[in-house]
Amino acid sequence: MGLLARRNLFHDKVRLTVTLTGIVFALVLIVVQFGLFLGFTTTTSNNIDHSGVDAWVVSHGVRYFDTGKPFSERKYFQVLGTPGVAHAEKYVQAFAVWKRADGRTENIQIVGFNPDAGVGGPWNIVQGKIADLKQDDAVMIDEIYKQKLGVEKIGDRVEITGHRARVVGFTQGIRSFTTSPFVYTSFKNALNYPSGRMNQDQTTYILVSAEPVVAPEELKRRLESRVRDVDVYTTSEFSRSTRFYWMFTTGAGLAVLIAAAMGLIVGVVVVAQTIYATTMDHLKEYGTLKAMGASNGYLYRVIIEQAVISAAVGYVLAMIVSQFVVRLSSKGGAAILLPFSFGVAMFFLAAGMCIVAAFVSINKLTKLDPAMVFKG
Amino acid sequence: MKAAIRVRDVKKSYAEGAAVVQALNGVDFDVRSGEMVMLMGPSGSGKTTLLSVMGCILRATSGLVEVQGRDVTQLTERELPRLRLEHIGFIFQGFNLFPALTASENVGLALDLKGVRASEARRRAQDLLSQVGLADKVNSFPADLSGGQKQRVAIARALAGEPGIVLADEPTAALDSTTGRTVMQLLRELAHERGRAVVLVTHDNRILEFADRIAHIEDGRIVAHPSATHNPIQETAGFIAQTALTERPATNPI
Repeated sequence: MGLLARRNLFHDKVRLTVTLTGIVFALVLIVVQFGLFLGFTTTTSNNIDHSGVDAWVVSHGVRYFDTGKPFSERKYFQVLGTPGVAHAEKYVQAFAVWKRADGRTENIQIVGFNPDAGVGGPWNIVQGKIADLKQDDAVMIDEIYKQKLGVEKIGDRVEITGHRARVVGFTQGIRSFTTSPFVYTSFKNALNYPSGRMNQDQTTYILVSAEPVVAPEELKRRLESRVRDVDVYTTSEFSRSTRFYWMFTTGAGLAVLIAAAMGLIVGVVVVAQTIYATTMDHLKEYGTLKAMGASNGYLYRVIIEQAVISAAVGYVLAMIVSQFVVRLSSKGGAAILLPFSFGVAMFFLAAGMCIVAAFVSINKLTKLDPAMVFKG
Repeated sequence: MKAAIRVRDVKKSYAEGAAVVQALNGVDFDVRSGEMVMLMGPSGSGKTTLLSVMGCILRATSGLVEVQGRDVTQLTERELPRLRLEHIGFIFQGFNLFPALTASENVGLALDLKGVRASEARRRAQDLLSQVGLADKVNSFPADLSGGQKQRVAIARALAGEPGIVLADEPTAALDSTTGRTVMQLLRELAHERGRAVVLVTHDNRILEFADRIAHIEDGRIVAHPSATHNPIQETAGFIAQTALTERPATNPI
């Protein structure tokens, strides 16, 4: 039986090309849109996710990473005195103005952390090292933003909000969801850079690590009861809150999700149309099979097999094209992510899409009158 | 001899818009195993409808239809395809081969429907194609075969399931006379040497000599053929008693 499905599909090369083009187009569209969604989502919370701590203490009312508000460092000492806290570090997130050597300016986000603590710093460092950030005025940026920030190499000098800064290293693939690139520096340096007012005895976040026996939720509870006038999130909560804000409150995520859903609908329609057209082309043959004694189930299996074969071939081609697109995106400002689990899910999506599409044809075959074979 | 097909007082009506068309109007008709019967009549007379009813493709509106002794009027929609698969082979005017399959695969498809393993189906298909003189065409696609060769593939396919009954709709209509005769010889061999009940619907006067009996149908009824008055043949007592038929002796046996 698989033979008939295969032969019907591959016999007409033009129709096969149209079918596969439709499937590949739809799948690549879905991969790009969902991949963008994943990329955006990951980007919004990447500093939180890579922080390596258990909880974040934030100014009261702060819901997401990019709007940190300064508060007194006295809270830092209260945190340190909370039972179950193993370590705590002050952390700065603030917007600032980057002045390039050619005089042009760009908005940036300063991220200040303790280079000795090993938490809250940049990752994927491809030039320089964390320890270099202990130097006065030392900053680290991502390679993606070299051109935007007018930087070519380590040692280049710029100004940040009227203060000197020197590039001591580069990371790879740390994007900002806003248009303002992240610039990493030490907590001490960071206090000099924000555009808005920030005193030397303030911090915007406190990153807290729990003792091994204390769960993040328990740490959060203890901090909430001990430290007043701040909000406390576990790291995963703050990550979720940040992602949710950017993806759904701003509508950015909804837009890509809708585009992905459109891709799915277009895919189903294209595949349904091509499988239906193939079925109609072979209607007399299906009628003959019915007359010969084939059950409806036999005919359905032929159609479903055609759909699954189309899905499998289309999937392989779509993944090849998608990998190419993903590689291209890695050099750009918007990452398209295609993790393995997403790739596997896409196979089942492709199969489901083709099988749903096949039901249009199955409905046609259900009503097929085998007496048609005697009508010339 | 027992009737392979037994039709009694069969009526079949269609709704055509507001009108009701009486395609069969009380047909009594039997076909025995080992004989070749031709159904003739003008267009719209009901011969293809009768063939479809005998082939369990159409349900009679009323009356009795028995196939190999089984009353098919009581069978469900699920049981009818199974009965066709087990007992009836079809041959079509337009051959109805699958263009994407080779000759061998076309024949093998009938065996696949019966659940025969692929290797066994391939072997039997090649054997059947050899029997119809197409041993060298097993791997040819229908597009590469002549009309006669296609019809012989269709015959091999109809025989693949070893049915007791073969129903053919205008099997020579698309063939030249020489090829048509070759095909008819094959069909007659099926009836006479392999004991199949073979029923043909035809307009082709060139092949009448191959018939054991000829039934004429007009306006949904079996009627006497004019030639019957010149060469009337007595029907077996109690068999097809109400059917007007012309019987001919088999000619040109293979």
